[in-house]
Amino acid sequence: MTAAVFFGCAFIAFGPALALFIFTIARDPLRVIILIAGAFFWLLSLLLSSLVWFIAMKASSTKDAELQKGLLIFGVMFSVLLQEVFRFAYYRLLRKANEGLAAISDDETSPISVRQMAYVAGLGFGIISGAFSMINILSDSLGPGTVGIFGDSQYYFITSALMTLAVTLLHTFWGVVFFEGCEKGHWWVICVVVCLHLLVSCMSLLNPMYEGSLPPVYAVTALMAVWAFFSSGGSLHSLSQLCTRKSAEVEAS
Amino acid sequence: IYSPRVLLRVKPSVNSLYLDVSGSSVEQKIYIELKNTVPCVRLLNATHQIGCQSSISGDTGVLHVLETEADLDWILSTGPHPPYMVLMEATFFTRPTMMRMKNSTRVAGVAVINSNTTAVESFSPHTSCPNQNTGVYREDYGPDLANCSSTVWNPLGNSMSYEDFTFPIFSLKDDNQTQVMRKCYEDHNMRVNGSAPQYPLCAMQLFSHMHAVTDTVTCMRRAEVCDPLSDFNVWASIRPINASAKGHKNNESVVIAAARLDGRSFFWDIGTSAEGTVSGIVTLLAAAHALYPVTQEAPPVRNIFFTFFQGETFDYIGSSRMVYDMKQDKFVINLDNVHSVLEIGQVGLRNGQKLWMHTDPVSRKNSTVDEEVINLVDNIKSVASTLNVSLDEPNTTQALPPSSFQRFLRVQPIPGVVLADHKSSFINRYYESLYDTAAYLNMTYPSDLSPEEQMEYETEASKVSRSARLPDQHCQGTYTSNSSYIGTKTFSHCISCSLSLSPSLFQMAKLLYGFLVRSNNSWFSSLLPPEAGAKGRSSILESGPPQYYIGLRQDNSVKSVTRFVQFVMANATGTVTSLNQIQCQNPNDVPGESKDLYSYHWVSGPPSANSTEGDPYCVRTSVRLAKALSPAFELPEYGSREYSTWTESRWKTIRARIFLVASPQLEMLTLGVGVTVLLVSLVLTYFISSKAELLFSSTHETPNTTY
Repeated sequence: MTAAVFFGCAFIAFGPALALFIFTIARDPLRVIILIAGAFFWLLSLLLSSLVWFIAMKASSTKDAELQKGLLIFGVMFSVLLQEVFRFAYYRLLRKANEGLAAISDDETSPISVRQMAYVAGLGFGIISGAFSMINILSDSLGPGTVGIFGDSQYYFITSALMTLAVTLLHTFWGVVFFEGCEKGHWWVICVVVCLHLLVSCMSLLNPMYEGSLPPVYAVTALMAVWAFFSSGGSLHSLSQLCTRKSAEVEAS
Repeated sequence: IYSPRVLLRVKPSVNSLYLDVSGSSVEQKIYIELKNTVPCVRLLNATHQIGCQSSISGDTGVLHVLETEADLDWILSTGPHPPYMVLMEATFFTRPTMMRMKNSTRVAGVAVINSNTTAVESFSPHTSCPNQNTGVYREDYGPDLANCSSTVWNPLGNSMSYEDFTFPIFSLKDDNQTQVMRKCYEDHNMRVNGSAPQYPLCAMQLFSHMHAVTDTVTCMRRAEVCDPLSDFNVWASIRPINASAKGHKNNESVVIAAARLDGRSFFWDIGTSAEGTVSGIVTLLAAAHALYPVTQEAPPVRNIFFTFFQGETFDYIGSSRMVYDMKQDKFVINLDNVHSVLEIGQVGLRNGQKLWMHTDPVSRKNSTVDEEVINLVDNIKSVASTLNVSLDEPNTTQALPPSSFQRFLRVQPIPGVVLADHKSSFINRYYESLYDTAAYLNMTYPSDLSPEEQMEYETEASKVSRSARLPDQHCQGTYTSNSSYIGTKTFSHCISCSLSLSPSLFQMAKLLYGFLVRSNNSWFSSLLPPEAGAKGRSSILESGPPQYYIGLRQDNSVKSVTRFVQFVMANATGTVTSLNQIQCQNPNDVPGESKDLYSYHWVSGPPSANSTEGDPYCVRTSVRLAKALSPAFELPEYGSREYSTWTESRWKTIRARIFLVASPQLEMLTLGVGVTVLLVSLVLTYFISSKAELLFSSTHETPNTTY
């Protein structure tokens, strides 16, 4: 029976990422490469922050609860900042690569735009961070038990999956907005992205109130979705155009 | 070669500890691993499999505490969430209940809480006729006595240990853990006014998958599935016997003084067997202690050959092997050297009880044997009459109780007596069950004594305590019988017998303490070799009593009980030598010492006044170990009807854990949401990506313009 939970959670957490991959990434080898490299950069940031975490844990006494809580907050902050630093590093790398790509292509233009790269890189970050936060939980969701014997919420699995979904999408949107900010030299954009990332990550400090952190995270996701839409060249005009085209098509048929 | 085996055979408690550490944090949120669990495992013989097992991935069921008859009804018929995992107090662990569960498909497993207080009046999961098919009485030997047709030795026996259960059954120690389980049950599974409890429910999973199936013949054919039960017999003689020469010894006539070394219970590696086994071991050890100095001064006419047979519970593994080896001239003596046999059975004497001398009516039809037996019985009686113990003979047409002596009689008529505290059927109300403990023998200690004080307590308390009366009578009973047996009925002997009573009583207290309460005591550790008694990994001493289940000895290690008996015997019948450690290992280089006659052991020695470490020395003794592996595996005849064919199945994991299970509705909801999310995102992404040109109209222009 618990296979149902496994597949349910897997679909929730990775369904959208899978759909995006299939329809927007898989057909273009260059995008696949950028996606994988993005995931690699995120992994590098994880490696570094876990190193720091490891040292901090070894250096501190495990008995002091206050200190432990402080360390945890520090760890979360540090990890978020490190991720953003690596996102920036990846941006620099992609810019360089883009120039190279432009140089060797026939018409002196890169085969991929920076905005597209931003989206693909963001999705790479999102997929790998989602995978890392979800895989342990998924393997335990196979059962036979469910969370709750220590009084935790029984909706742990589904909320974790929904959270992973949000984080995957958020990373994609952040990627788009962040790169755009870098392109245009709008440092406040980068600041907002970092702050939102910090905010979302600090929601997890509210655990075990798993359900409680979902609405704010989804609010942020919605906001970021709109922002990313506009910063990647979408506009109300194009939206309305789409709608009218649609209605025109309907009328025509 | 054996290292994989060691890994497979990690004790359950160690196993669960390991898992505790390694589990992920999510796993720790879901599961509570149970420690101190002992499973019932599968044993096999030539024709059957007995015991329990789970499926390979563990059996799971909703937890239900069996407290009343109504609970049983709920579990077996009305409860809406089958299958159930039944948690019960030992009082409910009876054959009728278990058989009803066995015949139901609604039971996933059982966990029995093994509390220290004995709540049941009587309980014996063993058969009513122990070792029915491998004793001496058969079609061609006292057919009217075969199959316990004249006397049912263990009328309380319900044969539960010999049932084959298809679900796992675990024994849990009563501690905080069972409180946690109860709380989980009360919080989630308790019926409110008879209505079914709501999800999430508390559930339990038990892992005890057994690799072997059907019977020994089948499992031995497939490699690495089951192993024969085996260990070692311990033997020693008053006069040393050349152990390097096998077969008949001229001018050697021995009296075998025997007891058995093992017991069992329903569960694996729990076998307290206080009255069933330890009473006999301790009595024989005390007798050896008392007898040896006497015999050194006045050598007896016949040699006394002490043996402790291992695996007797499982169709006489140890004695059948020794008799087999004697017959094949592979043992230090052969059957013609055996003058007679005196066996100590269950002798948990309580106040006012008699000691009974059981003899074999069939072999006594032979007049020479009968004469010897009468002689023997009279000797024992006459010495006993001078002491405060009453001895008597049961009806002479009564068969022998289950005893190792029967294996000797199977081969040839030998005079012999089996001493026991029962006239016909056993007095022991807990034969081969986990209640046959020190408490059942009335061994209680004031709570404020330290372990070391407890060990020596009984001597001081001998005036008052009933428990102290027990070893007192033990000693008298056997000591007299043994000393009379060697045919020296002189005054000096009786005096030395009485004199030796007080040190023996002290000895008895220490023996009983070591074998029934706590093996990790200063006396035992002083008797053992430094590496075995040392505090640390290799120590075989435990804070509790040793367990008497024979088990398997794949890597040729010796069971702890066997080691204890070996070294207590070495202490009782050995002499301290001045050899150093290297000479002790190679005594043949030293003039006057012989490895053929004696074995040499480097032992820790008692702690001296100024240090806790003992002063080790070399002890020379006639004590030796002899393999106790059934001849059926030596021949090999796995389907043997003559010899024990008991094997224990191998297994990989023994685990138990509790957790909550979610309602099927919630599970389906999760799946539903998942599928919806997947489908919606597929459709949406397809739609957006196909319209991307339109939506993000500036996509391709922007890169160039931004520079």
